Amino acid sequence: MSAQDLDGGSDAETDGSGEMPKPHTIRLELVDEPGQLLAALKPISDNGGNLLSIFHERGSLTPRGHIPVEVDLECPPDRFERIVEALRDAGVNVIRAGAEHFGEEVMVILVGDIVDSDLSDTLHRIESSADATLQDLSLSAREGTNEASSARLRLAVRSGRVDETLSVVRDLAAEKGLHVVEPLAEGSQ
Amino acid sequence: MSLRLAVLGAGAVGGSVLDLAGDYGHDVVAFADSSSSAVDPAGLDPSAVHDRKERDGVVGEADPGAVFDADYDVLVEATPTTLGDAEPGFSHVERALADDRHVVLANKGPVAERYADLRALEAESEGTVQFEAAVGGAIPVLSTISDLGAPHVTAARGVLNGTANFILSRMAAEGLDYEHVLAEAQDLGVAEADPTFDVDGIDAALKFVILANVLSDGETEYALDDAEVEGIRNVPGTALDLAAEDGRTVRLIGEATADGVRVAPRLIPQGSALSVTGTQNIVQLETKHAGQLNISGRGAGGPETATAVLSDVSRLE
Repeated sequence: MSAQDLDGGSDAETDGSGEMPKPHTIRLELVDEPGQLLAALKPISDNGGNLLSIFHERGSLTPRGHIPVEVDLECPPDRFERIVEALRDAGVNVIRAGAEHFGEEVMVILVGDIVDSDLSDTLHRIESSADATLQDLSLSAREGTNEASSARLRLAVRSGRVDETLSVVRDLAAEKGLHVVEPLAEGSQ
Repeated sequence: MSLRLAVLGAGAVGGSVLDLAGDYGHDVVAFADSSSSAVDPAGLDPSAVHDRKERDGVVGEADPGAVFDADYDVLVEATPTTLGDAEPGFSHVERALADDRHVVLANKGPVAERYADLRALEAESEGTVQFEAAVGGAIPVLSTISDLGAPHVTAARGVLNGTANFILSRMAAEGLDYEHVLAEAQDLGVAEADPTFDVDGIDAALKFVILANVLSDGETEYALDDAEVEGIRNVPGTALDLAAEDGRTVRLIGEATADGVRVAPRLIPQGSALSVTGTQNIVQLETKHAGQLNISGRGAGGPETATAVLSDVSRLE
């Protein structure tokens, strides 16, 4: 399905900030049930977003068995965060929200009994509670030594959420008895 | 102008101050270890004092307290760093300031643990307190901050423990594990028999606490208890392998920022300014108007630290 110019927002709201509307792309993940797509679009129009196009790829599924949907919309820059928040509040799983908004990358290394501490649970919880996407994972263990094993996680994080993400990783590591080697902030190296 | 120095502490730093003072135009008129002292108003002969210490285990006939009765201008406090009440170092400083003498500290304890007390005593005295040698050995960190003006420096970061840095950089370069490299560092004299202070990050934390005290300019007082400290014992070779695969490495990085003091192993890009190797130290100052300043050099060692002591002495002239 593809749709053009689905103007769902009130013009008065869209023009409110005085800033020119800019295009943004949001990737959503929808459960394959009737009405899901419409429910997902409502928070966008309700918050002053102007839909440009919807790309609904029915054949392909995300790793979690959901349907990926890409939404292009236009809104004043200061509205975008609000739209994404509204989508999340409505229970819609937002995978990516505008390339520039997931612009920060964070690398952390976890040290300890990585596998015994349920790695997939660790990763899942980081992704769900930290608003981060795992981009890359590497594991390292040295055979024949009693050295702890390590896991390197590269996370895509929404702008301005790096500290929050690191704090989620820290708490989770503490809960699981792992150590975290955190990155030093960008620009201070 | 030649100043008369009284040196407390006959370890590597105190001993080197005794050796090098003449080179800077000053005289050591009193010198004490924990059990004895030597006093000579005309200036002590360094080799005679060292010989005596080696031969008899004492530096002279008098007891250590005799140092305070000598006619001196500057007390050099180079006894071992202690935590908490920072004694006996703190009392040594108190006594000298009460007598209106200047104090130059190599001992981190009084500046890290009792900064406000120290400044209060200084305010009551004709003497002043300097402590460049307590942070980063030969690296002129505090004088640089003083030149820039503390309010213009927003943060200090860096590597201020040579032992931990030696261990991490050797582990990364050679693919060896922590225990192996620690044993090697102990053989080389880079790590002490009890490496706790260094590998648990306490030594680095004390230095960053001092930096935080200097940068906060009296607004907030910091002590070791206020610092978030993690050492390097939990950094295995596997973590360094993974870091290296991605062009990074791990260093024990300290930070003194508006948020407080933190010391922890951190991921940094290989080849970046902070990724110094071996026992090298580096301090990075973040300034309001002039970007970042990096100063690196030898952060420990007798003669290196003694040069910082003697630079402080020269500032008192």
